[in-house]
Amino acid sequence: MSTASKPSASPAASSLTQPVNGQKADRVFRGVAYACGILILVTLAAVALFLLFRAWPLIGGDQQANSAVIENFTGGKAKSFWGYVGPLLFGTVLVAALALVLAFFVSIGIALFISHYAPKRLAAVLSYIVDILAAIPSVIYGLWGGLVLVPAIYPFWNWIAEYLGWIPLFAGPAANPPRTVATVALVLAIMILPIITSIARDIFLQTPKLLEEAALGLGATKWEMIKLSVLPFGKSGVISASMLGLGRALGETMAVLMILSPGLKYSFKLLQASQNQTIAANIAAQYPEADGIGVSVLIGTGLVLFVITFLVNLLARRITEKAGK
Amino acid sequence: MHTNLARRAFAALCGVALAVAAAACGDNTDPSDRPVSNASSISGSFAGAGASSQQTAVEAWIAGYQKTNPDAKISYNPSGSGAGVVTFLTGATVWAGSDKPLDSAQVEESKQVCSGSTAFDVPVYISPIAIVFNLRGVSDAGKHINMDAATIAKVFNGKITRWNDPTLAKQNPDLDLPDLPITVVHRSDKSGTTLNLLEYLKATAGKDWPYQLSENWPNDVGQGAKGTSGVISTIDQANGTIGYADLSQVGDMGTVAVKVGDEYTEISADAASKAVADSKLDESVPGANRVVLDINHATTEPGAYPIVLVSYDIACPIYRDENTARFAKSWLGYITGKAGQDQAKNATGSAPLPENIAQYVRASIDAIEVK
Amino acid sequence: MTQTNPTGTAHTPTADAAPVIDFDKFKPTRSYTAARKRKDIAMRALIILAFIVALIPLISVLWTTLVRGFRRLNWDFLGHNMTNVIGGNPTPSGGYGGILHAIIGTLEITLGAMLISIPIGVMCAVYLIEYAGGSKLARTIHLLVDVMSGIPSIVAGLFAYSMFAILVGPGTLNGFEGSVALSLLMIPTVVKTTEEMLKIVPNDLREASLALGVTKQRTITKVVLRTALSGIVSGSILAIARVIGETAPLLITAGYIVSTNANLFGGEMTTLPVYVYQEYSKYRANCPADAASGCVTTIPMERAWSAALVLIVIVLVLNLIGRIVAKVFAPKKK
Repeated sequence: MSTASKPSASPAASSLTQPVNGQKADRVFRGVAYACGILILVTLAAVALFLLFRAWPLIGGDQQANSAVIENFTGGKAKSFWGYVGPLLFGTVLVAALALVLAFFVSIGIALFISHYAPKRLAAVLSYIVDILAAIPSVIYGLWGGLVLVPAIYPFWNWIAEYLGWIPLFAGPAANPPRTVATVALVLAIMILPIITSIARDIFLQTPKLLEEAALGLGATKWEMIKLSVLPFGKSGVISASMLGLGRALGETMAVLMILSPGLKYSFKLLQASQNQTIAANIAAQYPEADGIGVSVLIGTGLVLFVITFLVNLLARRITEKAGK
Repeated sequence: MHTNLARRAFAALCGVALAVAAAACGDNTDPSDRPVSNASSISGSFAGAGASSQQTAVEAWIAGYQKTNPDAKISYNPSGSGAGVVTFLTGATVWAGSDKPLDSAQVEESKQVCSGSTAFDVPVYISPIAIVFNLRGVSDAGKHINMDAATIAKVFNGKITRWNDPTLAKQNPDLDLPDLPITVVHRSDKSGTTLNLLEYLKATAGKDWPYQLSENWPNDVGQGAKGTSGVISTIDQANGTIGYADLSQVGDMGTVAVKVGDEYTEISADAASKAVADSKLDESVPGANRVVLDINHATTEPGAYPIVLVSYDIACPIYRDENTARFAKSWLGYITGKAGQDQAKNATGSAPLPENIAQYVRASIDAIEVK
Repeated sequence: MTQTNPTGTAHTPTADAAPVIDFDKFKPTRSYTAARKRKDIAMRALIILAFIVALIPLISVLWTTLVRGFRRLNWDFLGHNMTNVIGGNPTPSGGYGGILHAIIGTLEITLGAMLISIPIGVMCAVYLIEYAGGSKLARTIHLLVDVMSGIPSIVAGLFAYSMFAILVGPGTLNGFEGSVALSLLMIPTVVKTTEEMLKIVPNDLREASLALGVTKQRTITKVVLRTALSGIVSGSILAIARVIGETAPLLITAGYIVSTNANLFGGEMTTLPVYVYQEYSKYRANCPADAASGCVTTIPMERAWSAALVLIVIVLVLNLIGRIVAKVFAPKKK
């Protein structure tokens, strides 16, 4: 709305029928639009530059002081910036990837249910429900995850550790309370589920009716029809949706912060506590008590996170673009 | 259509502005207890920032202070000790709360904001740190577990891993300890509480505690949780957990009685005060007027509880602004005085400053120059 | 947008990706047919199961928030801030503090983010669709907008913090800084929805307007944007609903305060999500042994849940409004 009134710098002009010399306004408007487009480029560059600037003491500053700060941060577990950010990065990717694995199949299922199984009227309601899931703020997921899910899910993880403990991933004993990577991944999966679902649903709905009807006409069952026409059609969309979900999970802060018991290891023990930590949650956790170089270190890790999510998102877009051609 | 839209938007904006203006109230003041401002009361807006451990106490102090100085608007940002000191050194805040005293570089740096003088720190908030546990049959029955320093160190270092360990059983002949793994819960963020617990362990059980002092938890035992609340809620959630937290957060959870001298002392504000009273000033710190405590963790004073967090307030002896100086003097005077310490004790369960320390604190605050 | 050719001889370009259907797959032996049927039923069950699985957390989250949040939700809670709230003691008004300051903070910071991002976002979309066509620059910007929508919220917070630290002064914390951080998250959403809406506006309208000698600027503002208005408004509302629940960037940029601060540009501000987190961080309030009977030790968590409930209600109402706007005022398609 605010833009609608913005260009009317010439107050006389308030209706289409009045002849006005709008060339100047035309140029200004065009200039503003152009500037706003460029601003996107500038902003992204500014994000990288400001972060780099604030993180500069890490590279150009006193290395001894840096490693002292990092030692202090980690209780002596890491000494260099890369020694610090390495396990964090590992934890970030591990948690996000797990969340994606958990969310992927469920999302596809829901998307198919909405697009091809549910009755039309129900489908609209269901879409709305999925969108509600997306609208709930992450701090509330954190609250719920930390206070409701954690105590409730222990028997389940314990069961898994007991019966599937021979798989290194599920090596027991399951931590109690389970403030573990597994629980966090589950919450993150719930959070990215609607993102993947809504994109997948839209793309499934776009499957040409002709293809579907052709498959059905040949006597295919509904599932075969989906397998033969809908899924191949939506493949690239689904992949890019997953990448977006992954990007979201990589950057999620509050839920991880409020649930996970952090650690700095390269470890795959999903059911044990104090194994991994994510970059975003680490920033939020250490930020309040950080000063000077400490803030620089955290901003440095933030820059790493920025680069990673940037690449993941870029890749996602590239995939869609390629498939769109 | 267009002007109509603009008018409507304008009206909406006005509505919001009005709502905002009216909403400047909402303060929880007692209408029947309207404080009267007298000539000597302080007015203006003053900001502090720093240790989050002090947050609840500062909120109580602000409420108490405003009873006599209703025109003083005070805010405190619990941004953390480090951030609080940095903000203070830029001159943006009147005082800083910090879980650790200034280092010498910071004292030197403070000359810029303190008109050439150096900043000083005084202890304002002494919080006993409880070793809390959740053990069905013991903690919910309101019983304490006895531990000496070496036992605590071994538990937190993962050397004692089960509740029915003979070391524990020997010290607690009356308790029926179950065969259950011990889950240690510690702070995952940087914290003065951690540092003070580690200082205690290092001072009294150095043999069983091989780590360096740090505000971060040094080993991989058990689980980490963010903040005191994280620790407490984690302990709440599972049977067999043990951790540490400020007394104010403990509620009705089980606490460990710590061996001091030949007896086991249960945690209480007064017991913590006793331990602080038995401590000395750290005279080695540079700068004038500073009251830095060297807590005697190895105290053998009967009835003293030696695991305490001492949080300081950092202020200038000279402020550029006269009004700020008057505020700083009266504010610090209030919070370290009896009324302020009692207020904090009520709100947070903190230990009042013992008299032998309080006299030094008063002397330092008196040094704030007011014309 | 998919259009199928009525003769059925040609598909949309995207349909080229469809596989060649292998007719051998459909040889009808009886056991094979039965197996296919079984598989069909199994997949149907799995798909429905997936949906039910997703419903469990949703219901649990909403139910918990509702039940736990309702206990302390009253006018006193909505009409007070957190000044003079000491431990678990009741305040003079009989309540236990409230969220007035957080609601005001949320509204102002979000309004600030809105005022920054909606004009920029809409104009950027106008540039991309109306002016740039398919130029290389436009394609790059389009791609980067997509990428920007994936910026982690905490990075946006760090960016705003760094920017204000460098431009204004170290340690600057105020509401507007929060607005800047949020607008970084909001702009891509606004650009994308506006782009979608501008694409739908029929070209006939533009051409008709231009043919009448109306300048391009006036064609865009009076015809194109007006036609797309409902979509832009609803998209913006959904974008607001998305950022209003952000916590991490505001923890870093907007600070925390217990009293009401109505000045967006000076002083720290509390928002609802930050309030929820801060109350969660208190977890338990102290009640001295001689405290009055009204002293509640669990009050911080009760406040956190109540604030969470208010937040959910705000977000859901915004969502609903956005949807209604989109539906009721949608441009009539031919």
